[in-house]
Amino acid sequence: MIELAGLTKRYGDKTAVDDLTFTVRPGIVTGFLGPNGAGKSTTMRMILGLDHPTAGRVRIDGKRYEQLKDPLTYIGALLDAKAVHGGRSAFNHLLCLAQSNGIPRARVAEVLDTVGLTAVARKKAKGFSLGMGQRLGIAGALLGDPRILMFDEPVNGLDPEGIHWIRTLMKTLAAQGRTVFVSSHLMSEMALTADHLVVIGQGRLLADTSMADFIRTNSRSYVRVRSPQRERLLDVLHGAGITVVETGTGALEAEGGKAEPIGELAAQNGIVLHELSIQQASLEEAFMQLTAESVEYHAHTDSPPVPQAWGTGWDKGA
Amino acid sequence: MSTHQPPLPQAAPGGSYPGYISPIPVVRTHLGHAIASEWTKIRSVRSTMWTLGVFVLLVVGIGLLAGALVSNSSSSGDLSGASALSLGFFGLLLGSMCIITLGVLTTASEYGTGMIRTTMVACPSRARVLVAKAIVFFSVAFVITLAASAFVAMTQVSMLDGVTRTPTSGEWLKGTVGVSLYIALLGLLSLIIGSVIRHSAGAVTIMIGAVLAPLVIALFMFSSSLEKVRTALFEYSIPNQLSVFYSNSLGDSGPSGWDPLWIILGVTAVAFAGAYALLEKRDV
Repeated sequence: MIELAGLTKRYGDKTAVDDLTFTVRPGIVTGFLGPNGAGKSTTMRMILGLDHPTAGRVRIDGKRYEQLKDPLTYIGALLDAKAVHGGRSAFNHLLCLAQSNGIPRARVAEVLDTVGLTAVARKKAKGFSLGMGQRLGIAGALLGDPRILMFDEPVNGLDPEGIHWIRTLMKTLAAQGRTVFVSSHLMSEMALTADHLVVIGQGRLLADTSMADFIRTNSRSYVRVRSPQRERLLDVLHGAGITVVETGTGALEAEGGKAEPIGELAAQNGIVLHELSIQQASLEEAFMQLTAESVEYHAHTDSPPVPQAWGTGWDKGA
Repeated sequence: MSTHQPPLPQAAPGGSYPGYISPIPVVRTHLGHAIASEWTKIRSVRSTMWTLGVFVLLVVGIGLLAGALVSNSSSSGDLSGASALSLGFFGLLLGSMCIITLGVLTTASEYGTGMIRTTMVACPSRARVLVAKAIVFFSVAFVITLAASAFVAMTQVSMLDGVTRTPTSGEWLKGTVGVSLYIALLGLLSLIIGSVIRHSAGAVTIMIGAVLAPLVIALFMFSSSLEKVRTALFEYSIPNQLSVFYSNSLGDSGPSGWDPLWIILGVTAVAFAGAYALLEKRDV
């Protein structure tokens, strides 16, 4: 269990983390979601005692991080995969971590096997790919077989097989009764792994809800209609009491998930339809609407298009 | 993990915090664990082998070269007042750069690579990390310097047997253990500066500057009104303090005997306290 109370971090007059209060419970995967620069990593560093909070406090099973005598058997963390000396082999990297916490030497080989790095155990970490580095970081987190696990953007740089592996791993760890806290800026990733969701934007808590609730409230569906007789269709739909929104692309969007009444209305009035389709607003869009106000680094409209995972529905979100 | 674990109602030793319980025995960690960890770290990177290898090469190579040159070029009587041990000075002065570099890398390279975050997460007591690094590095530097300087001293004394006078036991002690403690402390000071500056190149530059700058500055102080400053810079410069161990100081006043050791011990202790305070205060 990780408990945050009024956690605040200021750098000069810039507030990175603003009065965060939430609890990460054992037995489930808790997703920690926010756009880039929202303060996720800063929060995680404060949980691990690396950064001193300006105000507020963090407790790990009731203790401050500094009070943990053998922290690696209590909490394992993947902060960023590059927190490794490139000149040291994977084996020696894990060995020095194990020694600092009195963890048996045999565990090093075990975790190397778990993450699938046994073959390159004696190779220097600087020759590792991003995905291998990530696996080494995860091995370090698992080393002490801890009750609490924290992963900062674990799927970064992993191939599809690796992503699938880490998803399964996180679920397995949580099912064993461990506390799993994982950050991401990808809603779609969280939807697949997390049971609970904590969303922050510009350091502030935006949502602290179960994944099921989030999906229920946010997965809005609507009907998209396109017609050459747009004005007439608008009148007809308006007359029937169906609220429609005009989008920039010339299509109309009707709230509610029913296409039939719209099709029938169009037929009765002899209106030609070019498109009539049910659309499901993705969780990604819901997330972006939630965080739209607080996105730190907005792309300008004249800049190259944002990648797909983020890009779908920029026009609606902002 | 055992195959037939009954589904016990899980309760943590602490009581109110349920959750997973690991089969790995819980150990109360202490400084010994941190020292073991730092020992693994220092022996598992190539920069340690490089810096110490070059160090031994410089100390032994220059020492033997100096011994050979002197024994060939001087006839009996020329150097009868000097001790053969003093020839070890040149190799150690150059070699100290390697020890400085290794000292800086021990701390600063962890900041460069990000390893420091992993280290501090594994061992939240920052004082323990710094002390463990200091102990491991100091021991390594002292042992290597002692071995190299003792070997060079013995070889030089036997090469110049009859040319120079036989060193006293006090001179033996200063020329081996004394200089080794001094060089290891100089390296420890570099380790501390590395922890404060958190940047390898910056810290190495500062330390090499600290070794060379006073001498160089003193060389350019022509004005007679600065005579006193000039002398002080000369006498308290690190090369001159190192030469005190071989009793061939550049000046007659200034530090003598074991003074340089106490001076650097004091400086290192103060720097250590400062570095510790900074480490506690700053974010990693």
